[in-house]
Amino acid sequence: MIDFDHVTKNYRTKVGDNIGLDDVTVSIDKGEFVFLVGPSGAGKSTFIKLIMKEIDADSGSIKVKGREVTTMSNRQIPIHRRNLGIVFQDFRLLENKTVFENVAFAMEITHQTKRAINRQVPQVLSLMGISNYAQKYPGELSAGEQQRVAIGRAVVNRPTVLIADEPTGNLDPDTAWEIMQLLEQINQRGTTVLMVTHAKDIVDKMKKRVITIDRGRIVGDMQGAYDLHKYDISGKHKETESFRRVGGLLNRNE
Amino acid sequence: MTAASVFAITAMLLILGIFFIIIINVNTAAETVKKDYNTIEVFLKDNTPAAAVKAAENEASAWENVKTVKYRTKEEAMDILKKRWGDSAYLLDSLSRNPLPDSLVITVSDLSAANAVAEKARGLQGAEDVKFYKDTVDKLMKATNGIQIAALIIMAFLILVSVVVVSNTIKLTVLNRSEEISIMKYVGATNWFIRGPFLAEGIVIGAFSALISWGLVTFIYGRIIARIGKDVLSVISMPLVPNAFLSVNLLCIFLALGISIGAWGSIISMRRFLDT
Repeated sequence: MIDFDHVTKNYRTKVGDNIGLDDVTVSIDKGEFVFLVGPSGAGKSTFIKLIMKEIDADSGSIKVKGREVTTMSNRQIPIHRRNLGIVFQDFRLLENKTVFENVAFAMEITHQTKRAINRQVPQVLSLMGISNYAQKYPGELSAGEQQRVAIGRAVVNRPTVLIADEPTGNLDPDTAWEIMQLLEQINQRGTTVLMVTHAKDIVDKMKKRVITIDRGRIVGDMQGAYDLHKYDISGKHKETESFRRVGGLLNRNE
Repeated sequence: MTAASVFAITAMLLILGIFFIIIINVNTAAETVKKDYNTIEVFLKDNTPAAAVKAAENEASAWENVKTVKYRTKEEAMDILKKRWGDSAYLLDSLSRNPLPDSLVITVSDLSAANAVAEKARGLQGAEDVKFYKDTVDKLMKATNGIQIAALIIMAFLILVSVVVVSNTIKLTVLNRSEEISIMKYVGATNWFIRGPFLAEGIVIGAFSALISWGLVTFIYGRIIARIGKDVLSVISMPLVPNAFLSVNLLCIFLALGISIGAWGSIISMRRFLDT
């Protein structure tokens, strides 16, 4: 489904190269539920951006559904992305559109008929448990409800992969858990789910495959929970790149 | 914001239109002049015998690049002069005798040969003086070319300026909606799908500005013709290009320009947002 083969990506900055991903080889199968964990700046976002083809890899091969992403032309990117639903920590809903319109928006973009939209959107809203909010605006909803709308928008086109970038980051534990159950439901319907998170408790509770990234490398890939002792990934604060580098130097000197 | 774009394009087209009208008029004038002044007048000495005149006429007719040779008596010359003076022609009536000479009017088929023909004409029997307008026409043509080139440069510059103004205006709209655009891209919208509404906005702005400026230019030029059209006619004996003829062409040009500026401006302004 998603195959990384010796993928390397560096970010060029004025003070030298920053590693994004360093020779990463990993496969995620169809229908899997995978957590991607690791400290800030470890390469999780790079991983997702490479799948989305928001950025280009320096070397290596990336395949999604058997199709090579790295050599994809600009014209093919939109088609590629329709296979991938994406959910963000900050929801990214359009404030001036109703819940219904926000979800319908994703279908309009792929040139689907009004009839298809009017049939499918209510179904998705009901699956997300937000049918009653169809005519409300995002500003009138709670954070958890907004994230349900965002997930609805991500899955309405029936993508094969759902990528969730810290979808519970802005939610209280109870709501976060509700969202996780929703993602689990979506996964059980056959959609591959790839979720980036910092939330240890959720990862441990879900008992799914966990891929740990640190400094651009995959340092752990196991079923169940991630290794608490080896990697401290509790920090939700955003470290700056230089801060991380200094940290790395200090560690090396130890 | 949209108002700023409309204003910029309208102003640009307005100036462009004025240049366009000037160029058209200068061109038409130059063409007319060219046609009128491909003649060489050979003034004959008084009392040149008719036989000599006939001989000269025949000789000139045989020359290369000569279209026609016509004998013009001093009486005919006076009639022409009276016609040209129009209302003031009565002044000529007070002359006790006709001071104009007889002449041969040689029409050349090619203006560039006028010099050579004029030179030969000086040697004709009975010729006293030769008058032709090649130098004047040459100067006029040079001036016309200069005006045209200058106008074209200014027009190109104006078009560039308005594209920049429009693209900046639309960029602000795009910035306002950058969140929406990024979501569209994540969901898999094609670039043309995203561009569509902005492109449409640019085109509408351009077309709207074209109509406004066309209305203004046509109105202003109409007033100019009404006000000084007659004076121009009497001074350079040439009419201004009529509004009816111009306005249709202007409308097409304005619409084409306005729409392309609007479309171009919006595409440029979006480029940065559609990169990835």
